[in-house]
Parts: sequence; structure tokens; C-alpha cells
Amino acid sequence: MTTTPDHPTFARVKESFPDKKFRATEFRGDSTLVVEPGDLHEVMQFLKDDESCKYDFLSDVIGVDYLNYPAKMPGRFGVVYILCSYERDLRFYVKTFLDPSVPTEGIEEDPALVIDSVTDIWAGAEWTEREVFDMFGIRFKGHPDLRRILLWEDYPGHPLRKDYPVKGRGEREMYKVVDRTDA
Amino acid sequence: MPYTLKPDEGLDVDAETTPYVDQMVDTGDRWTLNFGPQHPATHTTLRLVLQLDGERVARCTPHIGYLHSGFEKVAEVLDYNQYVTITSRTNYLSPLSNNMAWHHAVEKLFGIDITPRAKVLRTIMAELARMQDHLLCVGAAALDLGAFTGFLYSFNPREKIYDICDYIAGQRFHPDWTRVGGLMQDLPDEDTFKLMVKEFINDDLPTAIGDLEKLVERNRIFMDRTQGVGVISKEDAINWSLSGPLARASGVRRDIRKDEPYLCYADNWDYQGAEAVKFSVPLASDGDVYNRFLVRIEEIKQARAIINQLIDNIPGGSVNAFADSKMTKPPKEDVYGSIEGLIQHFELVMSNRGWKPPVAECYGCNETANGEFGYFIVSDGGNRPWRVKTRPPSFINYSTMSKMIEGHMLADIVAVLGSINVVAAELDR
Repeated sequence: MTTTPDHPTFARVKESFPDKKFRATEFRGDSTLVVEPGDLHEVMQFLKDDESCKYDFLSDVIGVDYLNYPAKMPGRFGVVYILCSYERDLRFYVKTFLDPSVPTEGIEEDPALVIDSVTDIWAGAEWTEREVFDMFGIRFKGHPDLRRILLWEDYPGHPLRKDYPVKGRGEREMYKVVDRTDA
Repeated sequence: MPYTLKPDEGLDVDAETTPYVDQMVDTGDRWTLNFGPQHPATHTTLRLVLQLDGERVARCTPHIGYLHSGFEKVAEVLDYNQYVTITSRTNYLSPLSNNMAWHHAVEKLFGIDITPRAKVLRTIMAELARMQDHLLCVGAAALDLGAFTGFLYSFNPREKIYDICDYIAGQRFHPDWTRVGGLMQDLPDEDTFKLMVKEFINDDLPTAIGDLEKLVERNRIFMDRTQGVGVISKEDAINWSLSGPLARASGVRRDIRKDEPYLCYADNWDYQGAEAVKFSVPLASDGDVYNRFLVRIEEIKQARAIINQLIDNIPGGSVNAFADSKMTKPPKEDVYGSIEGLIQHFELVMSNRGWKPPVAECYGCNETANGEFGYFIVSDGGNRPWRVKTRPPSFINYSTMSKMIEGHMLADIVAVLGSINVVAAELDR
């Protein structure tokens, strides 16, 4: 998957952060920069502000669960940011990996699944980050209003994790049955 | 009569009332109003918790998810052809756009270049789908503000587009027309298809758009209700990730058809040096509801120009990319008439066989009527995706709802909602 990364932003990031650890991948012309979760906010701020990057548009924030994925991945959960520069007409992908520290079947808060929110850089990340939290239980530090978005507040799981079955865990069966005479 | 809607713990009436709303309840004369989830003007199921100061909206909190049906989880158990049926159900106003966005991403992952004939047919149908979506949106904009006639003018011609969908795919509402590397089937009869499309874009559409424009565009009531309402500045539009007509009405010069061209919007689409289709991207600068209406009307006209350039130049040949590549399903005559065709068909449909994509991930997006509609696909090398993420324009555009409406009147909510063109199935997926 890794080829010679020739996206102009790779070189710019590398010379600006000489002491940080990065990995770069390229597939069908899409360039992805893999950063450490701790460096994420700083690198994102740089990508937005730097004159030769100017990624002013955050297209989407995506969570991925790599439990038992056939290829070796640096962590269990991946968070992908799709950036776009309108001025320079470039697309760029930033990715970071997280590993859980508590069992992932429930909704217990995991101190290891926390990364910095980018809502202060791109306001458009507000709902997309909420969706990643809702579906994967990854918390975003500094998010103004981190609540579940598509599921209700007390839903007992994060359904897009790979250890959550497609059929659900019987949430439908747990609803109280109201028949015609009681209604 | 001001009243306060307080959650009653004893009755457990509102499980979704959150501290975020609670703290705003007792602030003098303000009162809380639940708008939706069942309300004619919310089109489908949206709920807004409004903090009202008289009739002015002081605070607006959208609650979504009433139509959440786990489309992305379902993608992990359906193969690359089967999932197209789910994509039709995201934005059901223009299902063909979503079909094409899905298979655009899949073909990028597989590295397939589709044939010129498939490209032209897809481009024509993508533009018809854009009209389909915009026609409903501009009609509903009029309807929500009380102009029922405007709605009828724009809704009637949509039926002709459904007829075309019915003709090419056998289904009006959910055509599920694309397949990996091509289309479900070739046109039943090319001349009939051309006739239907031409009749629509040359007769029905201009009449409808003309009538609607005459009725609404310079209508004093419509202008008063929409000008200066729900304004988003250019900087905010980019910062809040808005795309499509919503962003272009605020002056953002961005259209994926021009900036990251695909299908016939790119040069050399027939691999013999054909030029890209010519069209302009309408822009407006005020960023209000009225401007969005104008941008959508103009996009319908541009879509008509694109179809006019292509409809008489549909190239011949196959609609499926390289028939011997083992990527596309063979035609039915081959399946029933030859052993090779039968084997290839079974290779693709059996659950333990199927495609062998690279173990990789990629993102492909199209410019649909509502904006950037993309799919991020993670593949584990099997015939089902590992993870599919939709980039739904409705979802991201709707996140600015509270920003647009706060400070306006209660009655402006329907105008703003209509201009965002939220489709709840796409919003909640």
C-alpha cells in the first residue's frame, strides 16, 4: 500500500515538525498522513493555517474499527479526517489510531479512547465528531457539546464497533409491550 | 400565553431532555417549544427544541436520529452490488445520484474505468436526478411559505423523471441502477429513451420552470419571507463544511464536477480525447434562503444544457467495463447460453467467492443535488466492505440549522428548513 509519497503537503509537514513521528500512505492518488493522537491538534492547526497548505474545508470525520482486520494496523480504532483546500484544490487525509484500555462491548468511558477535538479549527466537525463518539465511543476533548447524535442518550452500546453484532443485542425485545387494551 | 414545558419526572415524558436544554428553561418570559418530530413542515422526522422569546427564536437545538436505521452497519454484511439498494434509500429524492456516488467510490477502490457508454448514460441520469431533487426543493420552498400552486408546477414534471427511471431500471422510486463496473442493464431501447428524455427537457421542464419563476421569483410575499433569512457568510460556509447549492449561494466557488471531475464532466471521457461537457456553476453572494432558491433554479437550467449536449451523442458499445475481467456480471444471454458466462455469474454472486479488491481504503465523492456526497470504503480484500462511511450532505448542512435560525421568527423555520433541503433518511441513515 505504501508508495513514494509525493503529495506536496508531506514534505511541508515533515520539515515543520522534524522531531515528530509520522507515517504516510498513498492509494489511488489519495494521500494519508498518519499522526500520533497526541500530535493531532497541533498538526491540524498547522494544516489549516500554513500558507502552503491552507486546508480550509473539513469534509468529514470517520471512525473505523480494525478488530481482526487482515492487515496489520497501528491500533484498533482509526479516526480519519478528510481535508480539502479550496484555494489549492487539494484533498488530504489525516489519520490517527487509538487502542482501548477497557472492554469494548459496553459503553463504559475509556480514558484511552480520547483525542483532541478539532471543532475549534473547523466548526463543521461538531456533528461529525459527535457521530464518531456515538458509533465508536471515542471521546473528543474540548468538544462544545459531546452528546450522542443518532442514537438516544442511554443506548447500551456503540453499534459500529466490530464486536457489536449486526442484529443488535436484543434492544427491541426489551421494549415494554403495550397491547390494545392498555393503550 | 407563555408556558414552560418542564419535564415531569413522575411521568417520564421526555427521555431526551438534556441538561443542555434544561438550563435554559427558566429565563424570564422565554418558553420552550418542541417543533416536530411530527410536523408537516419538517417534511420527515426532525425535532427542534426551540427557546422562544415571544415569537423570536432565541435558541434552537436540533435532535436527530428518529429515522436512524443503521445503513452503515448493514453495509458490512452486503456485497458491493447489493449495497446499492440501500444507497437508493438514503436520499430518496434523487436515488440515482447516490447509486452513482456509491459505485464511483467502489470503482475507485477496484481501479475500474467504466466504458464511455456507461459514462454518458450515468451523466444524463445524474443530471436528471439533480433536477428531480431541485424541483422538489424549490416547489416545497414555495409550498412551505403558502404557495401551493408553485409546488404543483414543480412536482408534476418529476413524474416524467420517474417514468424514465421506470423505463431504464424497472422501478420508479428506487432504481438501484448501477453495478460494479457499469449498469444493471443496457437501455431497453435507445430511441425510446432519447424520446422520453427530450420530451421532458424540451417540453415539460421549461414550462414548469417558467411557470414557477413567474409565480414565485419576483413575488413580493415570497421575497419578503426569504430575503435576509437564514444568512450564512462565505467564511462560515467553508468553516462549517457546507457544500452544494447552500455553499454556492454564499459565494463559495466549489463544484466537484469542475474541481475533481468524473464521468463526462472530465476531459477525455471517451478515451479518445472528447471534451468535458460545458456548463456554468451558478453562484450567489447573499447566502440567504432566496439566493439558494435562485441557485437551484439556475442549476436545473444548467443540468438541462448538459443533457442536451449528450443526448444525441450516446456512444455505442457495452455498458459494462471489460467483460472478461471477472469484475462485472455477464449479460443474461451469456449466463443462460454459455458455461463461461454461468461460471462468471456464480463466481460473483456466491457468498464465498466474489470480488477480490485490494486491502485498502479510499474515498470517492460526487456532486449531488445537495452537495458533496461521498463514500469512504475500507476493504479487507473480501467481497463485502469492512466499513462504509457515507458523507451525507444533508447531515453536515443541517448542523448549521441553529446558527441560521437563531434570532429569526418562528415562522422562518419552515423557510430555512426548506432551503437546506434536509432529507431525514440521509440525515439519520
